[in-house]
Amino acid sequence: MNLRPGRSPILRPAISVFVLLAALTGIVYPLAVTGVAQVLFPTQANGSLLSQDGKIVGSELIGQNFSDPKNFWGRLSATAPMPYNAAASSGSNFGPLNPALTEAAKVRLDRLKAADPENALPVPVDLVTASASGLDPHISAAAAYYQAARVARLRGVPLAHVEALIAQRVETPLWGVLGEPRVNVLKLNLALARLDA
Amino acid sequence: MNTNHWLLLAAFLALLLTAAQPLGLYIARVMEGRVGAAARVENLLYRLCGVRPDAETGWFAYALGLIVFNGLGLLALYGLQRLQLWLPLNPQGLGNVAPDSAFNTAVSFVTNTNWQGYAGESTMAYLVQMLGLTVQNFLSAATGIAVVIALVRGLARHSAQTIGNVWVDLTRATLYVLLPLAFLLSLAFVGQGVLQNLTPYRTVATLEVAHYDAPRVDAAGQPLTDAAGKALSEPAESATQTLAMGPVASQEAIKLLGTNGGGFFNANSAHPFENPTALSNLLQMLAILLIPAALCVSFGRMVGDARQGWAILAAMTLIFVACAAGAMSFEQQGNPLLGALGADPQFSAAQSGGNMEGKETRFGIAGSALFAAVTTAASCGAVNAMHDSFTPLGGMMPLILMQLGEVVFGGVGTGLYGMLVFAILTVFIAGLMIGRTPEYLGKKIEIHEMKMSSLAILVTPVIVLAGTAIAVMSDAGRAGIANPGAHGFSEILYALTSAANNNGSAFAGLSANTPFYNVLLAVAMWFGRFGVIVPVLAIAGSLAAKKRVAATSGTLPTHGPLFVALLIGTVLLVGLLNYVPALALGPVVEHLVLWAGR
Repeated sequence: MNLRPGRSPILRPAISVFVLLAALTGIVYPLAVTGVAQVLFPTQANGSLLSQDGKIVGSELIGQNFSDPKNFWGRLSATAPMPYNAAASSGSNFGPLNPALTEAAKVRLDRLKAADPENALPVPVDLVTASASGLDPHISAAAAYYQAARVARLRGVPLAHVEALIAQRVETPLWGVLGEPRVNVLKLNLALARLDA
Repeated sequence: MNTNHWLLLAAFLALLLTAAQPLGLYIARVMEGRVGAAARVENLLYRLCGVRPDAETGWFAYALGLIVFNGLGLLALYGLQRLQLWLPLNPQGLGNVAPDSAFNTAVSFVTNTNWQGYAGESTMAYLVQMLGLTVQNFLSAATGIAVVIALVRGLARHSAQTIGNVWVDLTRATLYVLLPLAFLLSLAFVGQGVLQNLTPYRTVATLEVAHYDAPRVDAAGQPLTDAAGKALSEPAESATQTLAMGPVASQEAIKLLGTNGGGFFNANSAHPFENPTALSNLLQMLAILLIPAALCVSFGRMVGDARQGWAILAAMTLIFVACAAGAMSFEQQGNPLLGALGADPQFSAAQSGGNMEGKETRFGIAGSALFAAVTTAASCGAVNAMHDSFTPLGGMMPLILMQLGEVVFGGVGTGLYGMLVFAILTVFIAGLMIGRTPEYLGKKIEIHEMKMSSLAILVTPVIVLAGTAIAVMSDAGRAGIANPGAHGFSEILYALTSAANNNGSAFAGLSANTPFYNVLLAVAMWFGRFGVIVPVLAIAGSLAAKKRVAATSGTLPTHGPLFVALLIGTVLLVGLLNYVPALALGPVVEHLVLWAGR
């Protein structure tokens, strides 16, 4: 029995337990994980980088900004100062009633319409909203098909060809429940670039 | 909610409850020291540290030890941030963190809140992320486990003067529970694409050149404004992208397992390098609730009646399902204003639809809304979607889950001890109704326990409501608001709710990295944490000292459906009485305005 703190030492065990556990969890553990990860999963541990023609063209997991109508466009990005800034991830944090939210959606809708006036398909909502990270590499399958006609026309390739490219790259939900039907925009545009070459 | 949502929720709960049972039994075993050969290593550590493992203490020395231990963590983390420029493992040469921000962050990580006023990738060097933040992710979770184990010992023992040895409990929780789980989970994350390296940030050429408006700055780097105070900008272009790097997975794993929630990057679990796939997202959600759920099983084992643990777990699960279902269906409804512009929010086989602002495509509505419910049911606070951009009622669900006192699963340790305090309140109310002295697990609940329980339950609502009042009445508080109207009030209410309940998620539009918020929220976090821990340990001490009374026909059984219903009723009643007026001023008003236009 010992209710009085004076009788059981506190400071020495506190300091030594803290130093010991800090060294274990703050140095040994992260370095051990780094070591094992670099052996087991070197590609993933270093950023899942993509290369084309021997050149690194980005990361499979990190979206890039696309505004050329000949390419597929991704989600809106609210990172600063430039969109898709992978050294400063951020969402817009606009509330549902914020006029800036509807303004950003309107600008995107106008650009989509201007680049493809004939398109009568409904515009998928993910094409007019900003992602949480500002780095979303994907768009919904619907958003890719929505843009297919524009890309095909401007690149002078048959629509069926572009749609086939999309269909090959649609990632479906894992086991039917995990995730949403989606397409990686950078990979899709890289495939388009290969088409030109 | 559509079928996909129900399927995901059902699969998630099935996996969670299946894993909780064996882990809970394991935790009960190792916390009692039944660890086989590992005991030798453990004893060596104690000898190094001058700890006598068999010397237990009363509640006061236990609490004092915890506070001193956490105070040391606070000093170390503050110091590391203030000196990082001159320390190794800082390849980006990031500068020392400002004093108010470093203080806020130190309190935040020590109290298991992990509120983040800073942006990780542009603020914290790798050394601070590892030796500062990762360490506190472990130790604050170990603190939670220690406190709840001490409380359960208080319930399980009788006529005892001690509740355990704080150093032994902290060490065992770290060595046998947190470290092995974190190691396995971090490797699973790397397999999915989470980073784990110590290299400098990597710049790559992009496919397209990006044209954008850059803010104009003066020679000192301060933004220039015109005569009307509007920021000036100039056209700029960028042909490269800089990819942030770092030892992410090792921190990510304990961030979730320890219900910490502090992201390596600013976007937290929405960042593709922190949470790259739908599978990693499922693992993250499971990791958040795993230990809080398992501890209920450990509790049942330690008091010698498994049904007691399952009753608590049942009450938690029922409240959770209601709130998760709410968040999922409100988010799927989407934003009527975007629908009016011509955007298509319909769920289909080719898109998730719904309110996609601030959400990632790979998670969609189901994976984002469920994550929001999970992270606020637990006091985790990791986010994979921006809660600030949720629909008004969708965003109210996380708010409510925190305001219930973080007892719906809750944080590692904190959730169960919070819920046990509510169980004590429940038997007290039931005792009043039938005119008998209340008992819980054979212990008479008397004046001292009720005083301490009331203190533990009321300390957070007082901090939340008083803090919100201070912030909305001061210029410095209102200056941080990002969104106009009722939503601005919700941002402040959310910040104080999150801080005092040690959650750490945010309506992140609020500019909280200012001296005002850094100090206000640090105070809220510290007292929201230790203002509850101390009375809980006091209850543990007084319960341990009591004799056990035999159950009679007049004893309220605390393992059946009746008790589960009473417990849920008590939690909801206290939560509602505290927060209904504040919620009416924020999300409810906003919801009415949003849908009135239709």
